[in-house]
Amino acid sequence: MITFDLAEASVRDLNQRLHDLPADTNERAWRVLNPKGAHALAAGLERPIEVLIEGHVGYYCAGMNKEATVVIDGHCGVGVAENMMSGEVRVKGNASQSAGASAHGGLLVIEGDASARCGISMKGVDIVVGGSVGHMSGFMAQTGTLVVCGDAGQSLGDSIYEAKIYVQGKVESLGADCVEKKIGEHHLAKLSRLLTRAGIKADPRNFRRYGSARKLYNFHIDHADAY
Amino acid sequence: MCGIVGLFLKNPAMRVDLGKHLSVMLVGMTERGPDSAGIAVYHRPTGANQCKLTLFHADPHYHWRQVGGGLGEGLGCEVDIEIKANHAVVTVAADEAAARRWLKENHPELRIMGYGHLMEVYKDMGLPAEVVDKYGIRSMEGSHAIGHTRMATESAVTTEHSHPFTAAPDMCLVHNGSLSNHNNLRKWLRRRGHEFETDNDSEVAARYFAHRLGEGASLPEALEAGLADLDGFYTFTMGTLDGFAVLRDGIACKPAVLAETDDWVAMASEFRSLANLPGVEDATIWEPKPAVVYTWSLQ
Repeated sequence: MITFDLAEASVRDLNQRLHDLPADTNERAWRVLNPKGAHALAAGLERPIEVLIEGHVGYYCAGMNKEATVVIDGHCGVGVAENMMSGEVRVKGNASQSAGASAHGGLLVIEGDASARCGISMKGVDIVVGGSVGHMSGFMAQTGTLVVCGDAGQSLGDSIYEAKIYVQGKVESLGADCVEKKIGEHHLAKLSRLLTRAGIKADPRNFRRYGSARKLYNFHIDHADAY
Repeated sequence: MCGIVGLFLKNPAMRVDLGKHLSVMLVGMTERGPDSAGIAVYHRPTGANQCKLTLFHADPHYHWRQVGGGLGEGLGCEVDIEIKANHAVVTVAADEAAARRWLKENHPELRIMGYGHLMEVYKDMGLPAEVVDKYGIRSMEGSHAIGHTRMATESAVTTEHSHPFTAAPDMCLVHNGSLSNHNNLRKWLRRRGHEFETDNDSEVAARYFAHRLGEGASLPEALEAGLADLDGFYTFTMGTLDGFAVLRDGIACKPAVLAETDDWVAMASEFRSLANLPGVEDATIWEPKPAVVYTWSLQ
């Protein structure tokens, strides 16, 4: 394992080294010390490497991730794994707002709580939150799955497209065009697989499923009040 | 964009290092606010029959001594004056309102940055590190302090527009965000006798909270009232003689992180300003919830 200490080198040095790794690199295991809330740590990775960050990180950690596995042993700031394409990002603590924003693929696991706007505009990522999420989570979520083992704040799934949302706890309120849907056997099987992949213990049968009522897709004069 | 920091010491043994820790926190927010910086520090209490005022004049060679002499003669009392760059801390053995009135009448060119028994306010243009050095913030002891780093987006970069804003003795406010109903609130406060010094929306918030506290509200009650009356985006941090408060609006777009140990409570826009506090590795760290009032007070 290669240890990189941010007390001795800059974030730019770290990210450049990770970006410069060739496709057939043997330097596949990395450990980052003293993150101290720095922004954009391990952003833009494109190789199937593993990066363990020991401490709390700032904004946009592991943003645009492709193929890499990034583990944050601490809390993270705004926009963790934003625009992730593939790979896995795991936060052992809590995440600030907009976790997994616009992410196209991969798996984002937040073992603690995520705050507002978790999964905003998600485009295919799977997000599993061990705790609760804040208000406006899943806002305009297009596709992918958001699993919340705790509670969800106000306006869950506002203006949602085709993403699927599963919540085990209470939902404070649903946003415009987001409705509860029936949960079938194939949903339970998919949710079960996702929870297993995320390493989070929960019984899929305790979850409720939410998704789009598909009434805001096109302008309809009878729905003018909802816009 | 702006940066906010605040440090409230529960353990009196740490007071000697207040300025040292706050300076690191403030400099940590440089990227969020490189235009100007300000701090309010609660330290060096005056005697019971005294008050102190922090005054500002842009001219570094301003005739502070003459002003001090005039103030002493005018009010018939002892005046002590300490000059720090283009600020002066004036300690007066008189009522604070009388001292402010005399200064406004006789030296309208001066700006009163803060007043009370405990609070001093320093704010200036430049990088936070430059402001910290200029006013010797690192060596200041005290019980609590709040700071602001400003990146001006809608009004000029001047000392006047810098935070913290003061609106009552020993009370100050820093703000990250923008209020949308500040014009109406300013009118509302003017009708109730409040005078304004700038067109800044954050000054409106400071005077609003001062108004509520003046009506007899407790610190938590004043902030609760603000949730109903202030419209817009805000993360506020407020200091009073013996209190410290944090409030975010219901949408909570503007960032905030709180950390607490047995020894201290600290607030910052981002965690990186808290990362070097002693004992932070064992602190409880959380993001203040939207529309929830957080307050602490000295026992």
